[in-house]
Amino acid sequence: MTASTIPARRPWGLMRHSLALTGRNLTKVRRNPGIFLDALFMPVMFLLMFVYLFGGAVSGSTGEYLRYLFPGILVMTTVLAGLLSTGLSINRDIKKGVFDRFRSLPIGRSAPLIGSVLSDSARYLVTLVTLFAVGFLMGFRVETGPVEALAACALAVLLGFALSWITVVVGVLIKEEAIVQTVAFLGIFPLAFGTSMVAPTDTLPGWLQSWVEINPVTHAVEAVRGLLLGGPVAEAATATVLWSVAFLVVLVPLSVWAYQRRV
Amino acid sequence: MAFAFETEGLVKRFGRTEALAGVDLAARPGTVLGVLGPNGAGKTTAIRILATLLRPDGGRAEVGGIDVVRHAAEVRRLIGLTGQYASVDEELTGRENLVLLGRLLDLGWERAKVRADELLERFGLAEAASRRASTYSGGMRRRLDLAAGMVGDPQILFLDEPTTGLDPGKRDELWRTIRELVAEGRTVLLTTQYMEEADALADEITVINRGEVIAHGTPAQLKQVVGGQAVAVRPVDPAHTALAAKVLRAVSGHEPDESGGVASAPVDSPRLLSEITAGLDAAEVEVAELSLRLPSLDDVFFALTGHHDSRTDAEVDAA
Repeated sequence: MTASTIPARRPWGLMRHSLALTGRNLTKVRRNPGIFLDALFMPVMFLLMFVYLFGGAVSGSTGEYLRYLFPGILVMTTVLAGLLSTGLSINRDIKKGVFDRFRSLPIGRSAPLIGSVLSDSARYLVTLVTLFAVGFLMGFRVETGPVEALAACALAVLLGFALSWITVVVGVLIKEEAIVQTVAFLGIFPLAFGTSMVAPTDTLPGWLQSWVEINPVTHAVEAVRGLLLGGPVAEAATATVLWSVAFLVVLVPLSVWAYQRRV
Repeated sequence: MAFAFETEGLVKRFGRTEALAGVDLAARPGTVLGVLGPNGAGKTTAIRILATLLRPDGGRAEVGGIDVVRHAAEVRRLIGLTGQYASVDEELTGRENLVLLGRLLDLGWERAKVRADELLERFGLAEAASRRASTYSGGMRRRLDLAAGMVGDPQILFLDEPTTGLDPGKRDELWRTIRELVAEGRTVLLTTQYMEEADALADEITVINRGEVIAHGTPAQLKQVVGGQAVAVRPVDPAHTALAAKVLRAVSGHEPDESGGVASAPVDSPRLLSEITAGLDAAEVEVAELSLRLPSLDDVFFALTGHHDSRTDAEVDAA
């Protein structure tokens, strides 16, 4: 009886289930755009604030500083979106029992996680388009070409996607949403600001310089800067890709494991 | 297969706490097994293991003759889960929730929509279908949870405290729905903290406490152990309690309990109630309160273990 009412497992199940859950997540973003708007407005606010407040002091002119800062803000945007939202929404699902409902269904165990990341990627897209529009209005111009600009976006999205799994793991391990939010927020500062994003790093104290050199976000900022403005790219881009892959290789299995043994 | 689901010597530890210390549960196809126990007894742990959400540390659990650990994916195709820990998405509408579950069960877009509407109709949610689940009342929410467990038309249902927190009217409504689902041939595992609920729905009841089975039987068998209904009399004048107890003893033939100005005694038939009121009249005991009730969970535990389980009181926030 039962076997006939639920069709036998069909091919591409994981992809279809992941997409169904992606659709669900996007519906929720539409209903409750708060977190999405946070991740959208924060970089725009940073861009405006840094350029017009500090631009003259740091680079001599706001135009020159915008040119320096924009690639960094681009990376920060995807890092913020990754860290702030994916893990948080997963945490909410677990607490409300929605994930248990999914886990009691005959779907791949990674489908809910993949669904979350896919829906976030769709949001990155909207965020990046907005950022380029604001940058354009402020006077930022891509000095290379559309292919390089797309590559810059892809690189930034890849890193954001990889880093979002930090919050996923934290979200799965910690039940208290406020704590997850704090952890994600604390993670933002060293990752996003301990870089050459805001200013050149040669005046920083030695310990901070060491961190900046390790920080994957620095490599991404350098690579995106090279891609948008011209200049050396290969080394920084390779480092970014390697870091992202390393994060994914470690964090994805870790989150799936933690998620399966949750009480 | 003899049983629709079965556990044998089920053990589950969380750190040093033993949530289940060798629990045997079983239900024949088409019957309802009530698992009765206070909060923290291990009811939810047992249901989560049977629903493949949790791995046991020892023992065996099978659903439809399939091992829940080795063949979890197959088991998930057979079951529907409803309860405090398996929930719907509050930000989605009732229909969106059910359609999503249909798609996750590979029904395809059109079938998923049709199935969602069937279920919304059946569970009296058609009018609220386009409203977010967060706006539903407690009773509607439980019905939606139940509908969510029914999308794949499972023949085995796990209902984890489906009526906790509902007012009596809504509870009776949900009981009727559950009875219908059973009448259609489904097997149900129902956990509850209420003897009354187990009595109303279950064919057999397993009582568990602190991770152990302390009794098993049909409701009638358990009530023999515990005593069936009890009559309680609270005289206006507390000094008349002994007098009231004398009447109860004479009519019921059981030794009454006198405490806190209330005399109570088990009665074998509710028809004795009129004899009791007549007796009280004759003895000129003015009655403030007279009640006939089923044994509470606390009575059950008192009868089975000889002590009142403190956790049956004020335990609501414990979980």
